Amino acid sequence: MTSFEQHFEDKINNEVNIEPRDWMPDDYRKTNIRQISQHAHSEIVGMLPEGNWITRAPSLRRKAILLAKVQDEAGHGLYLYSAAETLGITRDEMIEQLHTGKAKYSSIFNYPTTSWADMGAIGWLVDGAAIMNQVALCRTSYGPYARAMVRICKEESFHQRQGFEILLSLVRGNATQKKMAQDALNRWWWPSLMMFGPNDDNSPHSAQSLHWRIKRFSNDELRQKFVDAATEQAKVLGLAIPDPALKWNEERGHYDFGEIDWEEFWNVVKGNGPCNKERLDTRRKAWEDGEWVREAAMAYVEKRKNRSQKAA
Amino acid sequence: MTDEKKSTSEWPLWEVFIRSKAGLDHKHAGSLHAADAAMAIENARDTYTRRMEGVSIWVVESKYIHASNPDESGALFEPANDKIYRHPTFYDLPDEVKHM
Ligand SMILES: [Fe+2]
Ligand SMILES: [Fe+2]
Repeated sequence: MTSFEQHFEDKINNEVNIEPRDWMPDDYRKTNIRQISQHAHSEIVGMLPEGNWITRAPSLRRKAILLAKVQDEAGHGLYLYSAAETLGITRDEMIEQLHTGKAKYSSIFNYPTTSWADMGAIGWLVDGAAIMNQVALCRTSYGPYARAMVRICKEESFHQRQGFEILLSLVRGNATQKKMAQDALNRWWWPSLMMFGPNDDNSPHSAQSLHWRIKRFSNDELRQKFVDAATEQAKVLGLAIPDPALKWNEERGHYDFGEIDWEEFWNVVKGNGPCNKERLDTRRKAWEDGEWVREAAMAYVEKRKNRSQKAA
Repeated sequence: MTDEKKSTSEWPLWEVFIRSKAGLDHKHAGSLHAADAAMAIENARDTYTRRMEGVSIWVVESKYIHASNPDESGALFEPANDKIYRHPTFYDLPDEVKHM
């Protein structure tokens, strides 16, 4: 081990954060770039399923809330892109990796939002699952990533609460509305559990990431925490979680739950989910349609620079 | 190389500093891309102050920030380590001495 490596390991072991200009192993840099950029892409693509309902929100109140939430997700994407940039990758490179499919984003956003109740289920479950993950990441070892996470976590709790409140209104409504809420839960439950990734014994990068404190808890640990919390919350809504195997285990002090359909999981990861193509096409189109704006803004700056140089 | 062309077509990177309320220092909040300073301030408003986190924004293009080298932090900061006499607790005074 070189002295650089030793110094790095010491910091990791003593819970000292790694900062952009510090020496770090290549793999640590690469793993962080991969994880942070994929996290950023998830925030950005994650705006699409909810953006779908902004114009059709059932009231002005709901519309303002949904708009604010989606705007927050844009902000989260921006915090994370700039955290990744401190590791030496450019914004354009990351966006290109998203558009070519080289970089992944969270598969949950490849499911369609077919009813208003989905806005409730997404806030409650999808943001809820994201929060489990993100709270743990507030203590991740790479400084800029940890700071972005702290900022994000402060904003996320409103996301989950507004979603839960949407479902609460629906279950207190008429029979059709209650059915809408149940239907949304049925469709979003399993994909939400998949958000935590493969089981620990099938998660190849996990051990190294845990050692480097890039990850603080394993996929299965976080998934269990989420199941325990969400099961209790579902009782308040009076909705049934679509898992016949879900049962309190006194001995473990946790809920047991059924096996995830891993075939579906890998299928969506590989690009064959219901909306993978639509999501990427939308992102690419937004990027291409915005190209003239990006160019015009720079051209305008250049022109003004030249003019003030001439005047001086 | 195409990469080079790409990164030069990016809007410049800016560092954002926010004063959270009157009387406090501006503190580094993060960074963002913008074509010029006016746009950087607008983008910083939308990105970093959506919940009244700020009353004043500074932006500076990242290329103008000069940072100390972490490899030299020993030479830079260690000399302060053995100068504990710069701290008030270094001085052992009798308890009768008040207001000091
Ligand atoms: Fe988010
Ligand atoms: Fe969120």
